[in-house]
Amino acid sequence: MIRQIGKRLATTIPSIIGVIIVTFLLTRVLPGDPAAYFAGPAATPQAIEDIRKSLGLDKSLPEQFVRYVTELSRGDLGKSLTSGQPVRSDIAQRLPASAELTLAGLIISILIAVPLGIAAAVRQGSWIDHLCRMVATAGVSLPVFFTGLILVYVFYYLLGWSPAPLGRLDVFNSPPPHVTGFYLIDSLIAGDFETFRASLSQLILPAATLAIFSLAPITRMTRASMLAVLGSDFVRTARANGLTPRTVIVTYAFRNAMLPVITTLGMVFSFLLGANVLVEKVFAWPGIGSYAIEALIASDFAPVQGFVLVMAIMYVLLNLMIDLLYGVIDPRVRLEG
Amino acid sequence: MNQRPDLDTAHIAATDTPLAAAAIAAAAGSAVAKSPAPPKQTSVFAHARYVISENPVTGLAFGLFLLISVCAIFGPWIAPYDPLASNTMAALQPPSAKHWFGTDQLGRDILSRVMVAARLDMFIAVASVALVFALGGLSGTAAGFFGGWTDRIVGRIADTIMAFPLFVLAMGIVAALGNTVTNIVIATAIINFPLYARVARAEANVRREAGFVQAARLSGNGELRILLTQILPNIMPIMVVQMSLTMGYAILNAAGLSFIGLGVRPPTPEWGIMVAEGAAFIVSGEWWIAFFPGAALMLAVFCFNLLGDGLRDIVDPQRRT
Repeated sequence: MIRQIGKRLATTIPSIIGVIIVTFLLTRVLPGDPAAYFAGPAATPQAIEDIRKSLGLDKSLPEQFVRYVTELSRGDLGKSLTSGQPVRSDIAQRLPASAELTLAGLIISILIAVPLGIAAAVRQGSWIDHLCRMVATAGVSLPVFFTGLILVYVFYYLLGWSPAPLGRLDVFNSPPPHVTGFYLIDSLIAGDFETFRASLSQLILPAATLAIFSLAPITRMTRASMLAVLGSDFVRTARANGLTPRTVIVTYAFRNAMLPVITTLGMVFSFLLGANVLVEKVFAWPGIGSYAIEALIASDFAPVQGFVLVMAIMYVLLNLMIDLLYGVIDPRVRLEG
Repeated sequence: MNQRPDLDTAHIAATDTPLAAAAIAAAAGSAVAKSPAPPKQTSVFAHARYVISENPVTGLAFGLFLLISVCAIFGPWIAPYDPLASNTMAALQPPSAKHWFGTDQLGRDILSRVMVAARLDMFIAVASVALVFALGGLSGTAAGFFGGWTDRIVGRIADTIMAFPLFVLAMGIVAALGNTVTNIVIATAIINFPLYARVARAEANVRREAGFVQAARLSGNGELRILLTQILPNIMPIMVVQMSLTMGYAILNAAGLSFIGLGVRPPTPEWGIMVAEGAAFIVSGEWWIAFFPGAALMLAVFCFNLLGDGLRDIVDPQRRT
C-alpha cells in the first residue's frame, strides 16, 4: 500500500515540473517585455530597467529559471503592485474563501447528482430519467456567470430571500476568529450562530451556482456507471439469491458504481476551479479568483502568475488525492499494482 | 407525424452535414474522392435521416444554427438599430414593441447588439476550433501514426496542459500574451489541444497498420504522404464531430474570458462582455441587459452541443449514449 502511494506520488512530479515550467515560460519567452509587465502600465523607462535588473531578466533563460525555482522553493511568488503585499500572503489570506465556496458547491452538487443519477439508472425511461437527461444537457450549456446572475435576480431582487451578492459577510457582521479560514466552521467553533447564519446565507447562492454547473458531469457519469453495474453478473446473482432491491442497489451496486464517478471528479475539479473565478466575480467573493481578475485588469502580472501556479498545483494535488481515494475504495487497484 | 417543421429542417440537416464534412475534408487538402464510394454515401444519408427522425431535437438545433449563422453573417444589415448608437433619452427601457430586448444604460438597443455580437462570438469560436484542429489534429495524428518520440513529445505537451485547470490556464495565457481578441482565440485553442490530440492519436493509432495503409506503403508512398492522404481523410469524420462538440465549449470559454474583462473592449458588442455590463443592473431589477445576451450565449452553446451529438450519431453510431 505504501509502495503504491509512493509510486503514485512519483507520477505527480513530472506534472508539477511541467506546471512550473509553463508558469515560468508564460512570463519570459512569450512576446512582450516582462519587465514592463511587472513594472505596470505607468512605469518610466528607468523604472523598467531597474526592474529588469532586480528580476534578473538581463541573465540567460536557464539562469532565470534556476532563480525562479529557488524563489519558489522559498515560497516567494513576487510582490503585487496594486496591494504592495507579497503575492504569497495575499493568496494565503484569500484562499480559504475560495476553498469554502468550491467545496460547498461540490458537496451540494454531489448530494443532488448522485441520488439523481442512481434513481435515473434504476428507473430507466421514467420521468426521473428524463429529468436527469435534461439536467445533463442544460447543465453543460449554461454559462456559469449567467446562472449566477439569474439566481441573484430571482432570489435577491424578486423574492428578497438572499442578501445582496457582496462577498462573504454583510456589513453588520464581523468575521469569526480565524481558525480554519472557513467562516462556516470558524463561527461554529466560536459558537456564534448569528455569524454562521449570516455567512451561510451569503454562501448559498454562489455555491448553488457552482453546484448547478457541476451537476451535469456527475449526474451523467453516475447514471452511466450505475447502468453498467446493474447489468452485471454479480447484481443478477444477488437478485437471484433473493436479496431485497434496496440491499442490491445500496450495498452491491452503489459502491462499485462510485468508482468511475470518483475518476470523473478530477475533470469536475478542473471545471470547478475555473468556474470559481467567474462565480467570485459575479458575487464579489473575496477569493483568489477575484484577486487574479483585479490583477489582470491592472496588468499586475505577479499575482496572476502566482494564482495560475497555485491553482495548478492544487489541481495536481486534488487529482493525487482522488487517485489515492480510489485505491482505498477499490482494493483491487491496490492488489494489481 | 405531428412534428413537420422539425422534420423539414431535418431534411436540410440530413443533406447538408455530410457535405459540410466533405467540404472540410477537402479544405484540409485530402483526396475526398477516394474514401466514400457512391453506394455507401446513400446509406449514410439513409442513416442520417433515420437518426434525425429518431431525434427531432437535432433538427431544432440545426434551425438554431441557421438563425445564429444568419445573425453572424448579416447581423449589421438586419439589426433594427445601430448597435453603438447611444440615446440617453431612451436608457434602461424594459423590452417593448419598439425595443424587443429593451435598451441598456446608454440607451443602445439590446436586440441589435445581441444580433451583431453573433459575428464576433462565432468568429472567436470558429477561429479557435480551426486553429486547434490544425495544431492538435495534425500533431495527434502524427503521434498516433509515427509513435516513438513524436508520440512522447505530443503526449507530454498534452499532459502538461491537462495539469492545469483549463480556464485558469487560458486566463494566464491571455494575461501573458496581451489582452486582445486574437490571444483569446489562441488561449482557447491551446486549452482544447489535449482533447484533439488524444482523439486524433487514438484514431490514427488504430489505422496505423490497416490494409489500405500497407497497400499505400507497398505502392511506394512515403510515410508523410500516407499520413496526409490516407490517415487524415479517414479520421476526418471523427474530428468534425469533435469540432462540433468542442465548439460550444470554445464559445463558453471565450465568453467567460471577456466576462472577466479580457480581450473584447467595452463598446464592442460581444455576448460575454454584455452580460458583464448588465451584471451591475441585475441587483436593481434591470434584468434584460444581462439576460438576452446570456440567453443568446446559452442557446448557441446548446445548439452546438446538440449538433455535435447528432453528428456523432451519424458518423459514429457505436458511441451513441
